[in-house]
Amino acid sequence: MSILVLAEYEGTQLSPAVYHAVSAAQTWNLPVHVLVAGSNVASIASQAAAIQGVAQVIKAEAAHLGHLLAEDAAGIIAAIGKNYQVILATHSAFSRNILPRAAALLDVAMISDVLEIKAGNTYTRSIYAGSLYSTVQSADAIQVLTVHGSNFALAATGGNAEVMGMDVPAASGKSRWISASHVESDRPALGTAKVVVSGGRSLGSAEKFEAVLSPLAHKLGGALGATRAAVDAGFAPNEIQVGQSGVVVAPELYIAVGVSGAVQHTYGMKESKVIVAINQDPDAPIFQVADYGLVADLFEAVPALTAELN
Amino acid sequence: MKVLVAIKRVVDYNIKVRIKPDGSNVDIDNVKMGVNPFDENAIEEALRLKEKGIATEIVAVTLGGSINQDVLRHALAMGVDRAVLVESDAVLQPLGVAKLLKAVVEREQPSLVILGKQAIDDDAGQTGQMLAGLLGYGQGTFASTLAIQNNEAVVTREIDGGSEQIAVTLPAVLTADLRLNEPRFVKLPNLMMARKKPIETISANDLGVDASPRLKQVQVSEPPVRKPGIKVGSVQELLEKLRTEHGMDLKGNK
Ligand SMILES: Cc1cc2nc3c(=O)[nH]c(=O)nc-3n(C[C@H](O)[C@H](O)[C@H](O)COP(=O)(O)OP(=O)(O)OC[C@H]3O[C@@H](n4cnc5c(N)ncnc54)[C@H](O)[C@@H]3O)c2cc1C
Ligand SMILES: Nc1ncnc2c1ncn2[C@@H]1O[C@H](COP(=O)(O)O)[C@@H](O)[C@H]1O
Repeated sequence: MSILVLAEYEGTQLSPAVYHAVSAAQTWNLPVHVLVAGSNVASIASQAAAIQGVAQVIKAEAAHLGHLLAEDAAGIIAAIGKNYQVILATHSAFSRNILPRAAALLDVAMISDVLEIKAGNTYTRSIYAGSLYSTVQSADAIQVLTVHGSNFALAATGGNAEVMGMDVPAASGKSRWISASHVESDRPALGTAKVVVSGGRSLGSAEKFEAVLSPLAHKLGGALGATRAAVDAGFAPNEIQVGQSGVVVAPELYIAVGVSGAVQHTYGMKESKVIVAINQDPDAPIFQVADYGLVADLFEAVPALTAELN
Repeated sequence: MKVLVAIKRVVDYNIKVRIKPDGSNVDIDNVKMGVNPFDENAIEEALRLKEKGIATEIVAVTLGGSINQDVLRHALAMGVDRAVLVESDAVLQPLGVAKLLKAVVEREQPSLVILGKQAIDDDAGQTGQMLAGLLGYGQGTFASTLAIQNNEAVVTREIDGGSEQIAVTLPAVLTADLRLNEPRFVKLPNLMMARKKPIETISANDLGVDASPRLKQVQVSEPPVRKPGIKVGSVQELLEKLRTEHGMDLKGNK
């Protein structure tokens, strides 16, 4: 038996998510296969083959897989899934769309966003927006799971796995792709940035959000993040919402500016190495997760901090 | 067209949930419960489709004990036409829920099924995709906009780093993102009226589905606590700590 990792990529670049997933997959001490599905994925497949610890890359290539619709992707996994003991990916919008469908087709449960893989098909994951941990044991013959990327190291490169093709099932035709919009930014991507500067509702407007936080993020070579309240108020775009219903980040340094620290927000950032909070309310819950708290008016403290970095 | 909305009864999102003394599960006795927030978005979107003359009937369904009637009353008060309780006192997990919902879909034959993108108690985010897979329907997950055009659901989906638009052939399964809409408030008179409306009850056993749990919960525990932090008095002190105690150079880009 082997382990199957579902590959995720952006353009011609294999996503860091795959390197985390491969290292999680190695927990089982079984051969690790990576499934690369798409329309023109030779280069992605060779990047996957170069990950250390990968024994085989399965390349599912067909014209209709260009946008990897869930129906088609899950169909491919269901077609080969019976050969595997474990099917996994890093928890992301991509894998969350596909793997539950594949699990249902294989008639097995799925375990989402696993923090720790234990012996005996046992896993620890968080529930209630990360306020509690639940340890569950699966009775299924095939284990389908997503893992919390930042809890698993990045697998190294230097491998040289074989790349195999496969017969791809016909297009399901149940859905069709129309368009996508990606935020273009010269800042590092939020998910992988070493520094994240996040702002809350208290920034007051989109203009102030940008004017106060961008210079600091720029100085630190970091990405911008936001609370849901800031996003809902129109101060920041959807894509940068950090939390239970947004992105989960774990940078070296997370600076929360005017963020109250609701569990739905801290879910997305509490694994960060060092957390700094700037808030004028000394009792704000964010100080409970912060390593360093500065009780101050953000409109004074942030420009002062930025200036100090000159 | 008929729309089916699946709603879960969960602990109110403001409540800090406690663990039972023996660590076997969470303790939710006497805790404030309500409709899962994402499922309120699902209900709201169905109501808007009806107000636009696209949907003709909205059915809300929940799976669980008889106590779940309260979330159905809430859905009725928001404006759904019918409420169905699939009664079960068993432990329900996403795959089991999806199998039971499939049986309900086969009875009701809706053109559209809308779920929440995730339940805020188990944070699984699986049921909609599983249901779509079992039914062989197309899926539009994490939907932040919806339009029905020419027998398709045109959906904007929230994805990593942006959004995408897809069109899903009806009948379809959608899952609602919080961004989909702003759910309406329930007015007290509507809640009073909803109390008098009938709730159809089906026993889960009568649906002929094996919905037994595949996962055994071994333990519920507190997450590890972070080392308590300290308050710094100034931005200078903050930078000094970051530099000396964490070796961050923080030189600053130009
Ligand atoms: C189902 C569900 C999912 C959710 N998902 C998410 C999610 O993914 N991400 C998320 O962030 N939220 C999420 N939320 C919302 C979450 O519960 C909070 O409402 C939100 O995080 C609060 O955002 P905030 O900190 O910007 O605003 P507030 O809670 O209003 O806090 C503002 C803070 O700014 C401080 N402040 C004000 N003025 C200043 C000043 N001049 N200087 C310094 N400090 C100042 C205040 O002291 C306060 O602490 C979700 C909620 C639900 C129900
Ligand atoms: N017991 C239930 N009754 C009705 N709907 C449910 C139930 N459990 C889950 N759902 C639906 O499935 C969605 C996703 O749940 P989950 O996969 O558990 O995160 C929820 O938002 C609901 O729409």
